[in-house]
Amino acid sequence: MLFLRSVSVLLSVLASLALAGAALAADLATLVGNLTSGGLSEREGAITALAASGDERAVPILEALGAGQLYIRNSDKLAVIGTVDGNKLALTEAVSGKPAGSADEADLERVRVNNRLRGTIEAAVGSLTLMSPNSRTRLSAADALFKRRDATALAALDQALTVEKDPRIKRAMSEARAAIVLATAESSPAQKLAAIALVRERGDRDSLGILKTVAAASDGEVKTAAAAAAESIEQSLAAWQMAQNVWYGISLGSVLLLAAIGLAITFGTMGVINMAHGEMVMLGAYTTFVVQEVIRTSAPHLFDVSLVIALPLAFLVSGAIGILIERTIIRFLYGRPLDTLLATWGLSLVLQQAVRSIFGSSNREVGAPSWMSGAFQLGQLNITYGRLWIVVFALIVFASLILLLRKTPLGLYMRAVTQNRPMASAVGIRTPRVDALTFGLGSGIAGLAGVALSQIDNVSPNLGQGYIIDSFMVVVFGGVGNLFGTLIGALTLGVVNKFLEPYAGAVLGKILVLVFIILFIQRRPRGLFALKGRSVE
Amino acid sequence: MVTRFLWQGMTRNLRLFVLLVLAVGILVPLSNLLLPADSAFRMPSWAVQLVGKYLCYASLALAVDLVWGFCGILTLGHAAFFALGGYCMGMYLMRQIGTRGVYGNPLLPDFMVFLNYKELPWFWHGFDSFWFAAPMIVLVPSVLALALGWFAFRSRVTGVYLSIITQAMTFALLLAFFRNDMGLGGNNGMTDFKDILGYSVQSDTTRAVLCFASALALAVFLVISAAIVGSRFGKALTAVRDAESRMRFLGYRVERYKLFVFVLSAAMAGIAGALYVPQVGIINPSEFSPGNSIEAVLWVAVGGRGTLIGPVIGAFIVNFGKTWLTGALPEVWLFALGALFIVVTLLLPKGVVGLWNQFMNRSRERRARAAA
Repeated sequence: MLFLRSVSVLLSVLASLALAGAALAADLATLVGNLTSGGLSEREGAITALAASGDERAVPILEALGAGQLYIRNSDKLAVIGTVDGNKLALTEAVSGKPAGSADEADLERVRVNNRLRGTIEAAVGSLTLMSPNSRTRLSAADALFKRRDATALAALDQALTVEKDPRIKRAMSEARAAIVLATAESSPAQKLAAIALVRERGDRDSLGILKTVAAASDGEVKTAAAAAAESIEQSLAAWQMAQNVWYGISLGSVLLLAAIGLAITFGTMGVINMAHGEMVMLGAYTTFVVQEVIRTSAPHLFDVSLVIALPLAFLVSGAIGILIERTIIRFLYGRPLDTLLATWGLSLVLQQAVRSIFGSSNREVGAPSWMSGAFQLGQLNITYGRLWIVVFALIVFASLILLLRKTPLGLYMRAVTQNRPMASAVGIRTPRVDALTFGLGSGIAGLAGVALSQIDNVSPNLGQGYIIDSFMVVVFGGVGNLFGTLIGALTLGVVNKFLEPYAGAVLGKILVLVFIILFIQRRPRGLFALKGRSVE
Repeated sequence: MVTRFLWQGMTRNLRLFVLLVLAVGILVPLSNLLLPADSAFRMPSWAVQLVGKYLCYASLALAVDLVWGFCGILTLGHAAFFALGGYCMGMYLMRQIGTRGVYGNPLLPDFMVFLNYKELPWFWHGFDSFWFAAPMIVLVPSVLALALGWFAFRSRVTGVYLSIITQAMTFALLLAFFRNDMGLGGNNGMTDFKDILGYSVQSDTTRAVLCFASALALAVFLVISAAIVGSRFGKALTAVRDAESRMRFLGYRVERYKLFVFVLSAAMAGIAGALYVPQVGIINPSEFSPGNSIEAVLWVAVGGRGTLIGPVIGAFIVNFGKTWLTGALPEVWLFALGALFIVVTLLLPKGVVGLWNQFMNRSRERRARAAA
């Protein structure tokens, strides 16, 4: 999409350059010559002629003229644009745009303008940009006019509207025109009503402002129409705001989901509280950092796929460390969940300090590949690609985990152990092996989460700590041993958090969510979707 | 009757230990005040302050042990009660500064002037009097513990769920106290204290008295805890720890036992915090950080959970190690702390006291065998 657009822009620019060619350059020179010779009275005609030429290169010249920066060099009568550089003026040739040395102000003669001419110049610049062969320039000119509501540009807009082909730009121009019509007192009520309808369709915050001023300033039919339009825009804006909050909430929820889902597996299957889970996330983020460092030094062209390379590595690193922890510490503490909690907390301190010793305590920079940077607009929604990918990634991880649990032998064993450990052991499932693999899987997923989080958070030794309490809240809220509970828990908490933020502020919102969960656990001590049955107790 | 109740729980070892605590609380400050500056036995002022600090930590550890060691409630939020008691004391000390602050405002503490407060927030009223602040030090943590415990124990939230709730509680308080709008100093907290009960907090005499007060508080807590643990109530408490469902089926109101001991322990933690603040001279929201609470649990684990002497010993060992290591080898400290967590839970589930008992039992057996 973006690619196609840029190609079309490039093509149109190339085409216009080829057409314009040398002939136009000569034209421009004569037109500029007309501009700088003669008195104030003839200058207006020259400006209009320059505007009529439709030459984009005239824009900087006219802007310089309006700003009083257009000079004639006394020595060779060349029109130059001067910008202050120390106590001299740095010069560029007006027509060609080439640098032309520097000069004292005494060696130059300023091309004078008065206020009336300035108005003409502004209109000329407006119409020039409106007629520009570059579609992006035209669009931004129209948007600028919409915001400025400059009555002098009305003629230029009308002219541009007759020749404009691109429907999107045409729309922007007619909206700008409508805004100008509404801003001029002389427009007839019929014109104004048509304009209100146009502005209403645009429906953003600027339109709302315009309509509100119109509603306040006019009376009769126009007033009611403008007020009605403003109200409908307000409603739709509120709806969009809601949608934006939902999106932010989903985005936060997907981050929580990524961080919590590994925890949900280990907690659900083994009843083990892994306080070092956040550190597994941190290790995943540092794996990403290392991968990017290696790529930066030895294979820079691979930078865009660095995250794809980092994903399996992070999974392996965190997963292997997870299995190591299970084999060396946790398996000795089964049946003592509170001791496990303390031991894994100690482990998290060791891992943090180890990473701090190796990589330093400052934040490490992890870059975003090009396909994750930038944003796009969906209606009034502003969606960044980075966030979008994280949501998609979280859902992919979630779906694959569900598949793993439902469709593979390991998943079957894991579910069996979750539901009834002694019985699973009795029918021949090697529960210690399942425990180790489960712990490895949970930690590996934390590593994956780390890759994603490296894109939106600071990669520092404390990265994991910030997520551990939130992840617990998600798991406890959703219900232990139920992945769909975790999904719903994560999204709910994310959305609720983002909805509270505008009213209560970020910190207070978070406190409210924590208090809500503390109260919620009282009502349903086993979470939203608790496993039922005697095995749980 | 009360004396008999208090006395019955005291074993010979515990009596000696309480005397030891009091002796430390008397001799350390006295040696600082009375001995000449060049005497080898004179404790420097900073050491008095340090010992006072450790004594407060020991009280906190004892409070944690009372709920964890004897009732099986692993609380990961006890530092919150400690900090709340500390904040109450901090508010009193702030009001004592009066016009000696940087801005010289007679009513508002410096940070409020700085944050453009026009008048004192409602909850600050009364804290200019010690006799208002003192009950608050006990009340504020107790009421929070009562509310949390009442909800949690009534709906039978147990085990790791309870741990997570208490952690969420202290985390929420941490976030709340970081806010400037709380009117409690935001992330800078409160500091620059001048007077306590009219005596300068900087003077050696005040420090000595505070150190002694901390020891006295710890001794009183030990006696009270021993009395509770040794009573019928204490037996029921231990039974709740070991077989909660069975106790419930036998007709005991388990949640009442838990609630009582939880609130009592919170009050103890609050008093410890209140004694801590004038000695270190600052209270800020980082006292609420979940790590602090877990560290307090570690002190208990190192010393020996389910014993009364253990937490005190654990608090002294770990904090002495912390003071020494963070000075000598700062980057090693977290490794050591983390390893301590792992080693204690894996190898020393009964802590140092358990190890000592084991050693004593074995040597007694050997002696018995030799005699036979």
